Amino acid sequence: MSASRGPLLLGAATILTLLVLPAVLSSYAVTVFIFIFFYGYLGQAWNVLGGYAGQLSAGHAAFVGVGGYATTLLSMHWGLSPWIGMLVGGVLAAALGAVIGGLGFRFGLRGFYFVLLTVAFAEVCRIITLNTEAMGGALGLYITFTGNPWQLQFQDNRAYYYVALGLMLLATGVVALVERSRLGAYLVAIREDEDAAEALGVDTFRYKLCAIVLSAFLTGLGGAFYANYLFSLQPNAVFGIPLSVDIIIRPVIGGAGTLLGPLLGSLILSPLAEIARIYFSRPGWTGLHLVVYGVLLIGTVLFVPQGAYPHLRRAWTRRRSGTA
Amino acid sequence: MDTTLIAQGLLSGVLFGGVYSLMAVGLTLIFGVMRIVNFAHGDMMVWGMYLAWLLATRLGLEPTVGFALAAAALFVLGVVVQRGLVDRVQDAPHEMQILLLLGVGLVLENVALVAFGPDPQRAPSGLSRITLWLGPVFIDMARLVAFTVALALTGGLWLFLRRTDLGRTMRATADNPYGALVVGTDVRRVYATAFGIGAACVGAAGALVSPILPFSPSAGLPASVASFNIVIIGGMGSLPGAFAGGLIVSVAESLGALFLAPSMKELVSFGLLIVILLLRPAGLFGRRA
Amino acid sequence: MAFLEVSNIRKRFGGLQAVAGVSLEVAAGEIVGLIGPNGAGKTTLFHLISGFVAPDQGEVRFEGASTRGLKPHEICRRGLARTFQIVKPFQGLTVLENVRVGALARTATFGAATRKAREVLALVGLEDRADRTARGLTLADRKRLELARALATEPRLLLLDEVMAGLTPTETERIIEICRAINARGIAILLIEHVMRAVMSLSRRVVVLSQGQVLAAGSPDAIARDPQVVEAYLGEAYGDAGEGERAGA
Repeated sequence: MSASRGPLLLGAATILTLLVLPAVLSSYAVTVFIFIFFYGYLGQAWNVLGGYAGQLSAGHAAFVGVGGYATTLLSMHWGLSPWIGMLVGGVLAAALGAVIGGLGFRFGLRGFYFVLLTVAFAEVCRIITLNTEAMGGALGLYITFTGNPWQLQFQDNRAYYYVALGLMLLATGVVALVERSRLGAYLVAIREDEDAAEALGVDTFRYKLCAIVLSAFLTGLGGAFYANYLFSLQPNAVFGIPLSVDIIIRPVIGGAGTLLGPLLGSLILSPLAEIARIYFSRPGWTGLHLVVYGVLLIGTVLFVPQGAYPHLRRAWTRRRSGTA
Repeated sequence: MDTTLIAQGLLSGVLFGGVYSLMAVGLTLIFGVMRIVNFAHGDMMVWGMYLAWLLATRLGLEPTVGFALAAAALFVLGVVVQRGLVDRVQDAPHEMQILLLLGVGLVLENVALVAFGPDPQRAPSGLSRITLWLGPVFIDMARLVAFTVALALTGGLWLFLRRTDLGRTMRATADNPYGALVVGTDVRRVYATAFGIGAACVGAAGALVSPILPFSPSAGLPASVASFNIVIIGGMGSLPGAFAGGLIVSVAESLGALFLAPSMKELVSFGLLIVILLLRPAGLFGRRA
Repeated sequence: MAFLEVSNIRKRFGGLQAVAGVSLEVAAGEIVGLIGPNGAGKTTLFHLISGFVAPDQGEVRFEGASTRGLKPHEICRRGLARTFQIVKPFQGLTVLENVRVGALARTATFGAATRKAREVLALVGLEDRADRTARGLTLADRKRLELARALATEPRLLLLDEVMAGLTPTETERIIEICRAINARGIAILLIEHVMRAVMSLSRRVVVLSQGQVLAAGSPDAIARDPQVVEAYLGEAYGDAGEGERAGA
């Protein structure tokens, strides 16, 4: 069918463009793209649980934190390469996800109560880390810059670009696979109507647990990148609610539950943050881009509740076919 | 452990609890009447704090008086937010309501950040320098006033709901929105009023706290979470529950601070929250959501 | 050994004894009608049989095995499917995607499930609406979708809860035909209905529930003539009185 060939070609062309882009971009523009990819990645990871399964989590920063701290501590104390430590971090984050989901879903928490549970766990992680000297306490951990690729560190910004791009493609690939599988069909059914899904033979507990574990694992991997790109891990930053909000806002505005939503959302929002940083770099104006985020979020909920991507796609098909 | 210390912890906890209670009462009123969880609650409190601070620094108005103006301003803000935004998602899925209010909170918090800067402030107040001694324990005047005002406001709200027509209408709408519609209640007006009062409560709480603790715009989200904490423990939709919850949490944190590191005391309330969420999300006194 | 055996089942909600000792049986391949006034406990009985609510006392045995402690999805996998009185379509999904969720209960691959979904859609006559979003369907189509979804799980017993409520006579006739076609494949049906014409013409046996208890059970003719049933529910000139829309049970 030529209908499905079009998007595929477009996708391939986009990836090709992204691969060669660093050759023509300034170092600063490369940084902007790194943030677009990285937050797109985190948003995509969240999308599995929040978008497809429909379980809103406002505590995803917990998984970033667990992944980041695990990777860094393993590297600092045992010299384990972050490339491997990343996987350990992901598994630990997945374990935390299993605990949150296991408890939350077992006790039937939904909607607001589940959101609050995720926030509570993230806060507990933050407070414990804040008070544990072995993990650096309030000062956090500082990663020394070695520029060693084996340490997931690079001299050249562009290398980080490719790692971030790789992560984003990885997450998108995983979600694409999920979308076309029994897991995806079941998650979406659970999101639309959990009772109806149960009546159709869906083990809603098990699949919701799957979703949170997968989502947590992917987010945990991101923690390793976070640590080795920003070179610092502080409990308030990496476990805090602001990061959780930062994670969910891109997929929500771009389109939760769609494959490209998180990426579109990150494409729109991440540059805004950077622009605000350049043009409004006076101390008092640091919150301006967040005001814009807030307004966009409100606007999305009120006027485009499914997100920018589904809205654009509908407008596009309507224009092409000529009828509504 | 020194009994004096414990007694002091208890006393300070109870006094500060009045403020917690006021925050929680506002949140629980909104939830009880509209079945909406105000994720912008803490950020509204922050504006209550800054308004009181402005009044104190520009006009020399004591926060113990200025809180009334702050509450009035927040009431208006609450009504505007409800009419303009929240009303449109009244029947939408919960997730949409949460995200909308998260957005409102983001805007409130960051407008404050842009307007006032990130540095912590504290409202100057003559009262905060006065200390009363009751034998071996002392009472911080500012806390005592905060507690008294909070108690009075909560009591006033209680009477309002029980004795006035509007209050009774509000309770009826809370119990049965369709029934209220059927008998001709202007439900939207009830919702706007409830949201406004809720905002006014938390704005007043912020104003009363402004001379006691240093604050900055980033206090918003933690304050929201703390409010949820209290309301869950005390019971969603229950006024006495919110009041009791505020005192319980404040005392628990206060005593917890004696045995644990200062920042660990929050761990106590979060631990309590998780347990109650899992076992009885409707809280100790509350009704099911 | 009966196919479905409900033994003296009881359920209380707070102050209300919704089901007060109901026993009934359904034989394999049989169509049994469940009728009674609103509030008789019919839908609660469905919740009890399908695992959404646990009984206070009594037991449900399906194909000889007890369903005690089983969750609804496990009961579905055993071959007992149900529809809901107020239909619950997956609003954001297409008709095909809706039915596919049911089909996935039995198929190994995604592709096989899609094929199976199309077959079921053809059976109920929704194949030309396969790519329509469930949200935009008419009531009649949503009822058929609900039926198709449950059918896709390959049940041996289907619980239908007022699947004809709110339909026009033509639409009702359509559903009756679909039910006959389903039953012809050997699937037993237990149906709650207020549309008397449909119940009486489809059912081999009818059970009458009133105030949480079985008032009478027997052939459609015997039930129609039973004075207790006439008084409690049917009314003197029952004739076509059961058609049209009725509120929930």
